[in-house]
Amino acid sequence: MSRIKERQPMPQQPAEERIKNFLEVALGYSEEQALAEAQRCLSCKKKPCVEGCPVMVDIPEFVALAAEGKFLEAAASLKKNNSLPAICGRVCPQEEQCEKFCLLGKTGQPVAIGRIERFVADYEALHSNGNIGEYEGPKDPMLAKYGVAVVGSGPAGLTVAGDLAKMGYSVTIFEALHDTGGVLRYGIPEFRLPRNILNREIEYVQSLGAKIVKNVVIGKTVTIDELLSGGFDAVFVATGAGAPQMMNIPGENLNGVLSGNEWLTRINLMRAFRFPEYGTPLKKPKKVAVIGAGNTAMDCTRTALRVGAEEVAIVYRRSRAEMPARAEEIENAEHEGVKFHLLTNPIRFIGDDKGWLVSMECLKMELGEPDDSGRRRPVPIPGSEFIMEVDTAIIAIGQTPNPLIRTTTEGLKTTRWGGIVIDEATGMTSIPGVFAGGDAVTGAATVITAMGAGKIAAKGIDKYIREKYGLPVPSEEPVQEESKGNGQNP
Amino acid sequence: MKPDTHDCALTAAERSLREIVEAGATNKVLRKEKLSDTIVLFELDNPLIARNAVAGQFVVVRPNTLGERIPLTISDADKVRGTITIIFQVVGRTTMELARIKEGECVPDVCGPLGTPSEIENYGTAICVGGGVGIAFLRPITKALKEAGNEVITILGAREKSLLILENEMRELSDELILTTDDGSYGIKGVVTGPIKEMLDSGRKIDYIFAIGPMPMMRAVAETTRPYGVKTVVSLDPIMIDGTGMCGGCRVTVGGQTKFTCVDGPDFDGHEVDWDELKIRKAYYFAEEQAAKEMAAKEEN
Ligand SMILES: Cc1cc2nc3c(=O)[nH]c(=O)nc-3n(C[C@H](O)[C@H](O)[C@H](O)COP(=O)(O)OP(=O)(O)OC[C@H]3O[C@@H](n4cnc5c(N)ncnc54)[C@H](O)[C@@H]3O)c2cc1C
Ligand SMILES: Cc1cc2nc3c(=O)[nH]c(=O)nc-3n(C[C@H](O)[C@H](O)[C@H](O)COP(=O)(O)OP(=O)(O)OC[C@H]3O[C@@H](n4cnc5c(N)ncnc54)[C@H](O)[C@@H]3O)c2cc1C
Ligand code: SF4
Ligand code: SF4
Ligand code: FES
Repeated sequence: MSRIKERQPMPQQPAEERIKNFLEVALGYSEEQALAEAQRCLSCKKKPCVEGCPVMVDIPEFVALAAEGKFLEAAASLKKNNSLPAICGRVCPQEEQCEKFCLLGKTGQPVAIGRIERFVADYEALHSNGNIGEYEGPKDPMLAKYGVAVVGSGPAGLTVAGDLAKMGYSVTIFEALHDTGGVLRYGIPEFRLPRNILNREIEYVQSLGAKIVKNVVIGKTVTIDELLSGGFDAVFVATGAGAPQMMNIPGENLNGVLSGNEWLTRINLMRAFRFPEYGTPLKKPKKVAVIGAGNTAMDCTRTALRVGAEEVAIVYRRSRAEMPARAEEIENAEHEGVKFHLLTNPIRFIGDDKGWLVSMECLKMELGEPDDSGRRRPVPIPGSEFIMEVDTAIIAIGQTPNPLIRTTTEGLKTTRWGGIVIDEATGMTSIPGVFAGGDAVTGAATVITAMGAGKIAAKGIDKYIREKYGLPVPSEEPVQEESKGNGQNP
Repeated sequence: MKPDTHDCALTAAERSLREIVEAGATNKVLRKEKLSDTIVLFELDNPLIARNAVAGQFVVVRPNTLGERIPLTISDADKVRGTITIIFQVVGRTTMELARIKEGECVPDVCGPLGTPSEIENYGTAICVGGGVGIAFLRPITKALKEAGNEVITILGAREKSLLILENEMRELSDELILTTDDGSYGIKGVVTGPIKEMLDSGRKIDYIFAIGPMPMMRAVAETTRPYGVKTVVSLDPIMIDGTGMCGGCRVTVGGQTKFTCVDGPDFDGHEVDWDELKIRKAYYFAEEQAAKEMAAKEEN
């Protein structure tokens, strides 16, 4: 049978419509489309696609179930490895992960794994009558007295909390902000990830028994040492990479220059686009330059359009090929009218006599020799200075881990740039009983890698607590289970 | 959508850390007092924050589920009762909404203690200067400086007598108390810099000055002491959102370097602060704040 080379297109809100609202851009497959797309899969024996997935979702299995219309079974299969499929289906950079390895990609377009994943997860949500799904697996009542503190409610923290709660531990998530989800709430805008989907996933983790305490900043409200001495048996640090990098060029503190984090937090977390119904104000921009070309930068441009900016541009010092954002989001931004000033670097912000940004001086760049990251290094072209008029400049050139935990936890080993050092196999840090994962360890990465780190750490924490208290360690192989069977409980 | 505040029950004061943190805080307003027409005091149930709060730190507060996050100084922390005290001046929409919360109700979100604690040492003779509602936040620092062995001279300034708050409490904490009012309705007529300059000119040895209050007052204190080279620490109040170093909205320039006030401050060397920049940044949302204030005032009626 000859295979269809092209994947099913994703239905979208038309660009001219969607830039006027915050509703989801990609509308999701219809049932027919999901079936048709799933049926493209070759069910490869060697499962090359699975290698590209950081949490090893059994892609051929769930796609085959979807191809037969068994969407609920497909969802169950997905959830074995990925507890947040509705989110991952939407935000994973699939072109660099699972879909990159799809065999069909060699001759045509790869199977749209992410889109099927999204459909299956949404289908399950829709057909569960608002029920967030009961966990029916085994919970060990013995474990309830052991407390695990999870610091941060982003994808890494939610994953650890969910997995440990399923095992039977008492898990408490501490979140610094007044709302949960980490970057999923304050960073990624709702037109990419609707809030009801995020809320549902968080309710699911709570339904497993995990408690969430908001407005607690670990390192300030309580320290990690206090958690350990105050009754918690283990701590998982999933504080992300939330500190914005600034450019350190003149004029950066003028009114009108913001970090990507501030811009997105005002809009996504504080809902300033609905000011004055909501209390947090927003200055309506006219001409916006967003500096950088990662996911944060794309999200900044597209939110700027939606709050009514007339002109929005990306200013990026390298070329198109080096832009780190998801391909789909770059394309979306382009369709929505975002301009791209590539090989361009701002060197100075210029203000009026009242301290408000009016323009930006930029330099043109060209690509030179590759740097450490293997990407060609941008080099300034002498004499190429020019002025760009803008009233709002958003700096989205990267984030680093917040130093709060590092500076308040004695003995916690970190790298030169502030990432927490862990044992890759267990997630344990240099302090026994303290584990870490996600962006706090890797620096800014992806939702699915943060979840993957959470999965590993959940196992590491379980093992640590069992060893500490001499509890039997359930092994993966049921065969070995027998030989270990006689109670070693304290 | 209608904003709403949370219902809550009282929590016990004496529990283990794990119990305390797992339960979270209710932020119930156990005591509400009006210190003047526009200045309100809340004593809040929050054993979590009370445990670790020290002088110079603040909380970020949200008055309701639609509300803005604003920073307020922790004016007192009672570790035994598990409470913290905040004192705020009603100046705009958020503080109006906060002032609407009644005794027995709860503030939905209170996060802290945030910021780097004030540096407290035995400097020798220290002057503590407070202006307006800033007097409320001067209290924990004055107390700490006194306990560290300093001779403490406190100078409190306000526009008029009715705005001079906490006079008795501050008198008890200080070796010497000087009061000034702009209109001369109480204490010395004039502003706080008058007595400071007099003292410095008189040759009296002053080792340390801490000033907190409206920005123009702190700036004037810093300018007054600059020629004498007396270390002058001020507590800056730029616009904040998260208060944890995540947004960079609270950027100030101190000694030519960009600092995030919420984590690097709020205390800074007053002689190094770029005051003009701070003034501009504080006025960023002036137009929006005015509109919001009018809206909130209408709701009030
Ligand atoms: C704007 C933006 C868009 C992105 N788009 C994508 C995308 O499309 N696809 C993708 O895969 N990835 C994307 N990413 C990256 C992805 O979101 C992150 O890699 C991921 O969220 C990291 O998860 P985490 O759990 O490690 O940390 P985070 O999601 O950062 O969560 C950390 C949480 O910890 C809390 N916290 C921090 N310090 C403390 C403390 N001391 N005490 C208590 N709580 C604390 C924070 O408030 C936060 O809630 C994007 C990132 C950004 C910023
Ligand atoms: C570290 C710190 C501690 C503070 N402690 C106290 C205190 O204990 N008592 C007290 O009365 N005030 C305190 N303030 C000031 C207080 O935060 C503002 O008065 C309050 O935010 C005003 O909000 P509003 O909506 O009522 O008024 P608005 O009309 O919105 O604003 C009035 C003025 O307050 C400032 N402001 C507005 N929004 C914010 C914000 N999100 N963050 C900071 N400042 C803002 C602006 O300069 C503005 O011009 C403190 C500020 C800081 C930074
Ligand atoms: S979780 Fe992400 S990488 Fe893994 S299969 Fe799903 S979309 Fe692909
Ligand atoms: S590689 Fe592609 S075609 Fe093969 S099983 Fe995976 S998704 Fe299907
Ligand atoms: S308030 Fe956001 S960094 Fe200080």
